[in-house]
Amino acid sequence: MATAERHVPQLKRDFAALRRDFPALHQLVHGKPLAYLDNAASSQSPVSVHEAVAEQQRLNHSNVHRGVHQLSERSTAAYEGAREKVRRFINASSLAEVVFTRGTTESINLVAGSFGQRLGAGDEVLITGLEHHSNIVPWQLLRERTGARLVVAPIRDDGSLDVGAFDALLGPRTKIVAFAHVSNALGTVNPVEALIAKAHAVGAVVLVDGAQAVPHLRVDVQALDCDFYAFSGHKMFGPTGTGVLYGKRALLEEMPPYQGGGDMILTVSFERSTYNALPYKFEAGTPNITGVVGLGAAVDYLEALDFAAVAAHEHALLEQASRRVLAEIPGARLIGTAPEKASVLSFVVDGIHAHDLGTIVDSEGVAIRTGHHCAMPVMDRFGIAATARASFAFYNNQDDVDRLIAGLRKAVEIFRG
Amino acid sequence: MDELQELYREVILDHNRNPRNFGELADATRVVAGVNPLCGDKMTLYVKLAAGKIEDIRFQGTGCAISVASSSLMTERVKGLPVVLALQLFDKVHDLLTGRREHEQAADLDKLAALGGVREYPSRVKCASLGWHALKSAVGDDTTSNVTTE
Repeated sequence: MATAERHVPQLKRDFAALRRDFPALHQLVHGKPLAYLDNAASSQSPVSVHEAVAEQQRLNHSNVHRGVHQLSERSTAAYEGAREKVRRFINASSLAEVVFTRGTTESINLVAGSFGQRLGAGDEVLITGLEHHSNIVPWQLLRERTGARLVVAPIRDDGSLDVGAFDALLGPRTKIVAFAHVSNALGTVNPVEALIAKAHAVGAVVLVDGAQAVPHLRVDVQALDCDFYAFSGHKMFGPTGTGVLYGKRALLEEMPPYQGGGDMILTVSFERSTYNALPYKFEAGTPNITGVVGLGAAVDYLEALDFAAVAAHEHALLEQASRRVLAEIPGARLIGTAPEKASVLSFVVDGIHAHDLGTIVDSEGVAIRTGHHCAMPVMDRFGIAATARASFAFYNNQDDVDRLIAGLRKAVEIFRG
Repeated sequence: MDELQELYREVILDHNRNPRNFGELADATRVVAGVNPLCGDKMTLYVKLAAGKIEDIRFQGTGCAISVASSSLMTERVKGLPVVLALQLFDKVHDLLTGRREHEQAADLDKLAALGGVREYPSRVKCASLGWHALKSAVGDDTTSNVTTE
């Protein structure tokens, strides 16, 4: 090992060993070992997250930022410690830029509800045809409040963004551009750096929905130069009910509060109130302290992983599963074949509805998602009502793919006799 | 029979492959759109009511095998039935799907008893009940023309 690297801890890449950190993966479902392939919906969490949550609840439970007593000091230290972990993880320049939320959905609603107040009739919000409902509906609500227009850049037949059309839709009226880093329904990876630069060139601010990216790719918000970046704890091996909004400090400073209540104020009188500093201005009420402590533990876990190896491992599983579904399942068709994809395999099988596929593979212990994946416009784009979706995490393995294929073959047998 | 075989019985698979009374009904007196927001499945039920009877009934849409077969079996069974008996049948099927009615007691449901397999699959009960909720809306006093399973 070179001298300069001596103090760098060895990043983990033994995925078979890491799998042992996840108790949920080692159980029987319908009498069969679980093959968990629904990571895009929610990922399993390691023991270290469970322990952090349990310790917070067992010994430290109390409110943050309020008490002078020991337990409150401990809770505050754990909660703010998690903020520093997240800041480092996404390379935000300041703790003021890391706002804890309930999840990606709340993060986007915060931006639409607060930053969105500066939009007026004739202003435009540009999204893409790939978006999850959580990156569509908040903008529709904003449209109703302000008279702004919602403009949608279309996607191509392979599920990639039509960048030419995106460019053409950008203009002086574009105030907000919001898109997924990675599509939840199709797995398409958007060329985010280029899209952000183009949006900035017309003076728009950019929100990136990073819910599906953070568990798979290293995200550096300063390198991306996005204005807002939203993601969820439970898709990155942390607890549900936790999420993050990263926002550039100058923008967050200018924005009005999203919700009012305790902790987001400096002074309150019946005449007027003054607001707390960032990021507390956007964290009204007692936050999900326990969840955030768990999220901090999940970030620690992710920081120890070799992300290049994670990407290579997941990509190999995705490639293999895609090839085998097409080769071994008669009538199977992939939905989403963009050149750049991450960990999502969405497909349909002729004559067998996705729900039936889901129930049958579940009987073999294989967990996949079936339905519209909260992306109905994506389904409409491909003229289908639903897909079956297998989504991978670093702890998945060859056996999980074998089991998926075997489960799908069983579905074909039942339906085609 | 294991639970999966009980869910996907031959009668279910048959009605999924070849749904009965499938398509539009030009002279329908009631048209109800049903949506299962869980999966995005959509179906439209066409009913022709005359003199308190379901004179004709058809449906169309997309759905899983459970949803299509349930609607197909439903149309087959209620065609020609007085509305009051169709509503009684709705209650019996509802009880069957939600497990309030034992298989043994389901004998009078005849072929519809095949739908009882969904009881072991709570997430699929909505699939099986969509068509029936549309029926209730179409022939009952409730005059909404949109139903959901939520």
